[in-house]
Amino acid sequence: MSTDQKILPNGSSDNVAIRCQKLTRYLGEGEGRVHVLREVTFEATRGTVTAIVGPSGCGKSTLLYLLGLLDRPEGGEIWIGGRNLAQADDALRTAVRNEHIGFVFQFHFLLAEFTALENIMLPMKKLGRLTRSAMQERALKLLDAVGLGAKSHRLATQLSGGEQQRVAIARALANQPSIILADEPTGNLDVKNSAIVFDLLTRLAKENGQAIVLVTHNPEIANKCDSVRPMRDGVFVGKEIS
Amino acid sequence: MQTTLSIALRFLLAKRRAMLMSLTGIAFGVGFIVLTQAITAGFQAFFIQTILGADGAIRVADKNQLLAVSIEAEPALNGKKGPSVSVKVESDRKYIEGVVEPRLQIEAIRRIPEVSGISEVVRGNVTIQSATREESAQVFGINVENHLAVSDLGKQIVFGSVSDLRESSAAVMLGTDLAKRLKIRLGDSVLIAYAGQSIRYRVAAFYETGVREIDRIRIYMQLEESRILLKRPFGATFLQVSLRDPQRAPEVAKVIEIITEHRAASWQEREKVWLSVFMFFRILAAITVSTIIVVSGLGMFNTLAMIVMEKTKEIAILRSMGFTRNDIASTFMLQGALVLMAGLVLGFALGALCTLVTENVPITIRGIFTTDHVVVSWDLSHYVLGGIMAAITVAIASWFPARRAARMEPAEIIRGASQ
Repeated sequence: MSTDQKILPNGSSDNVAIRCQKLTRYLGEGEGRVHVLREVTFEATRGTVTAIVGPSGCGKSTLLYLLGLLDRPEGGEIWIGGRNLAQADDALRTAVRNEHIGFVFQFHFLLAEFTALENIMLPMKKLGRLTRSAMQERALKLLDAVGLGAKSHRLATQLSGGEQQRVAIARALANQPSIILADEPTGNLDVKNSAIVFDLLTRLAKENGQAIVLVTHNPEIANKCDSVRPMRDGVFVGKEIS
Repeated sequence: MQTTLSIALRFLLAKRRAMLMSLTGIAFGVGFIVLTQAITAGFQAFFIQTILGADGAIRVADKNQLLAVSIEAEPALNGKKGPSVSVKVESDRKYIEGVVEPRLQIEAIRRIPEVSGISEVVRGNVTIQSATREESAQVFGINVENHLAVSDLGKQIVFGSVSDLRESSAAVMLGTDLAKRLKIRLGDSVLIAYAGQSIRYRVAAFYETGVREIDRIRIYMQLEESRILLKRPFGATFLQVSLRDPQRAPEVAKVIEIITEHRAASWQEREKVWLSVFMFFRILAAITVSTIIVVSGLGMFNTLAMIVMEKTKEIAILRSMGFTRNDIASTFMLQGALVLMAGLVLGFALGALCTLVTENVPITIRGIFTTDHVVVSWDLSHYVLGGIMAAITVAIASWFPARRAARMEPAEIIRGASQ
């Protein structure tokens, strides 16, 4: 599926990689039902890093999963590549995820039975645009970029936590997506590795003109981002900090 | 497909011990299905071969005569005109014992392309007397050449020669059981009595069909001689018909009934009881052995369900990077398929090996047939049956975990893992 840059609604420019409008999401059932997102509107432009910050349970991650088409909102719109995908069918949402969205989670979620190289090649194989040798070449380049070129044939379990997260970043970049969504990507790492991972993520994404949306609790990480969107009780509060 | 296959293979190898158990179970289940089917089908085929060799594919006997009765409707009441009808009712068929005008019937039957041979037989109950004993028996008057064409009589001779029977009207051929009872040897003379008249014959040969009921009562002699002994100058008791394809006996028998107006019984009809018994044992064996496969399937279901539970994060990340629900389901179905394929290869090899070994196992069976070793049948259908049973079981065992994996919502899993 191709998503050419098109003019988005409400006068958004074609530099906007993803935009959502009035997103509403409830979680839980019956009396435990919580209004997690309350008509949230947000957009992320190419080549910028946006941090979403806020206390636990304010809806940051839920927003990220909705933007990443992993979840469906009760209301609102999600625009990627000129299409509203909020209520699109599962096949289309999955295809868009494969081609346009890269995820980095708090936990690396690498497939333990595969080597670092094979883990990075998985999204490329699914997309099926490159030959096997081209995939391998690109995966090796990405591993070099994250400083793990020498460990390409190690199983995920044979890498340290920081290395695994770096492989996860390389995997997120594998299909050159227009959007990188990162949910606490440094949340499970020490200070040194956090800095390495964040710098890598932002450098590689900016080089490729990708929009990065980052959920973090870490104020140091947030301060390094191009803009910060504080969130509370399911809505953005205060002004965007640039 | 290649990617999902490689994921399936890696997931599978991570649980190789549990999967090895399922694989072993499937291999044994398939192997035993092949073996039991080979044995039961082998004995069944041997039984069929025996009865075809003794009594032919079709036996034509007893002329039947349709008794059609016309029932006139009552005349219309008060002289009014009404519909006048008569109803033709077919009452019970009337059977006339034996074959009327056997030569004409033979000519008619010979025109059926499936028929390969016809033998006219005159049969009668007699008593046979040796020097020391007397037994009840049945004389089968045959034209030797014709009867050799519709039976395995030539191959069933264990002592003596059929040529003596062919050349001499005073020669008879006895079953081995009857010979033992009468304590006679080849070349001895016997006295055969019918309706108060006795004629002396020379024993020219002994035969053994393997069917005790035949070997203990049948005495073969020339057709013309039997007519003299049994005082039946005309007609025949039955016609024994052989076919190019004995499996088509029921339909050919129907054609013969229509053409000849005689009762024609196919071997399938004559041996219905025994064939049912064999079928029962084949089904029973298949069901019993299938339990091994079912138990293995349960084991596989458990293992796959466990993999699904352990791999929820991996499923979520695969979904997040663009793998569809079908891809996820395929990953688990393929794990089942990989185990199935390995199990089938091993099972087929095991089944073939066991069949080969069993074929030479000595066993003495006398009664409905005679054999001194286990009879097996090499038939592709046994392997197909084993394969189908295993495939159904594995498909069911894989489908439920695969469906569960495919239905997982990645956001819920990631949310749960991050908390």
